[in-house]
Amino acid sequence: MRAFLRFWYDFIVGDDWTIAVGVVVALGVTALLAHGGMTSVWWLLPLAVAVGLSWSVVRASSKGH
Amino acid sequence: MRDVFLFIAGFLACSVEMVEALTIVLAVGVTRGWRSTVIGVGVATVALAAVIAALGPALTAIPIDALRAVVGGLLLIFGLQWLRKAILRAGGAKAMHDEDAIYNEEVLAARAARSEVHAGLDWYSFTVAFKGVFLEGLEVAFIVVTFGSNQHNVALAALSAVAALVVVLAVGLLVHAPLSRVPENTMKFAVGAMLTTFGIFWGGEGAGVAWPGNDAAIPAVLVFVIGLSVALVAVVRRRHAATSQVSGGMAVR
Repeated sequence: MRAFLRFWYDFIVGDDWTIAVGVVVALGVTALLAHGGMTSVWWLLPLAVAVGLSWSVVRASSKGH
Repeated sequence: MRDVFLFIAGFLACSVEMVEALTIVLAVGVTRGWRSTVIGVGVATVALAAVIAALGPALTAIPIDALRAVVGGLLLIFGLQWLRKAILRAGGAKAMHDEDAIYNEEVLAARAARSEVHAGLDWYSFTVAFKGVFLEGLEVAFIVVTFGSNQHNVALAALSAVAALVVVLAVGLLVHAPLSRVPENTMKFAVGAMLTTFGIFWGGEGAGVAWPGNDAAIPAVLVFVIGLSVALVAVVRRRHAATSQVSGGMAVR
């Protein structure tokens, strides 16, 4: 069971858990704004991806892995 | 438009996973014999079919907006992880995935393992082949089921997986060696960009966003993701080169 859960964690979350958390937060904020009437917030997810991916890649390259 | 992207993304993603499974199966089969290895592959395939059969209908029962938000989120996380690895590898900050090295490691492990025969099966060969095919296959199943159910076209997603299986198996049988010449990082880069694009688009749709131009936004998002990734590869290369120069300079001193 533990190995099974470990597999799914590695498979979906992978090396950097901050990406998963960032995606959940960005989707949640987008849904809140869109359901509040701001359906034109399409730019929020691409912006979150740009910031999150850049942060993760730069951090990993500084650590050397 | 969506169908073309769906097929290409499914085909590339499934090919990458299948190359990994084939590397493991070839190493075990060549080293310890094919009978138990092939049985392990067969049992894993049946187990996978059962998982897909259980997972597919469950997903189609979920309301489409909730499904798109959840699947979009999962694809986005999954795609960004692939993209992150591919960017770091392309920028020189992480070692390339080497199928030759993995094959050699598997061969050494297979030679070193004790022979344990039960019910006419070599359990090492059976277990390693089963695990390799089942775990890599689960990743293929995840891609096929999520892509397919979101687009209401599981058949096309499954077709892309079958096409990938046929191509990888044909090449594997022809060369009868690990597929080390497959440009795996380039494929991972392409798949990561596509999964991220679909993740952004479906996640946004599921969250209630109105995309400008509807489906026409997909190629625009893809261009954005590729542009961002290429820029990040350049940044990593520069940082990596600067770090190498500094450590080289310190070594000279």
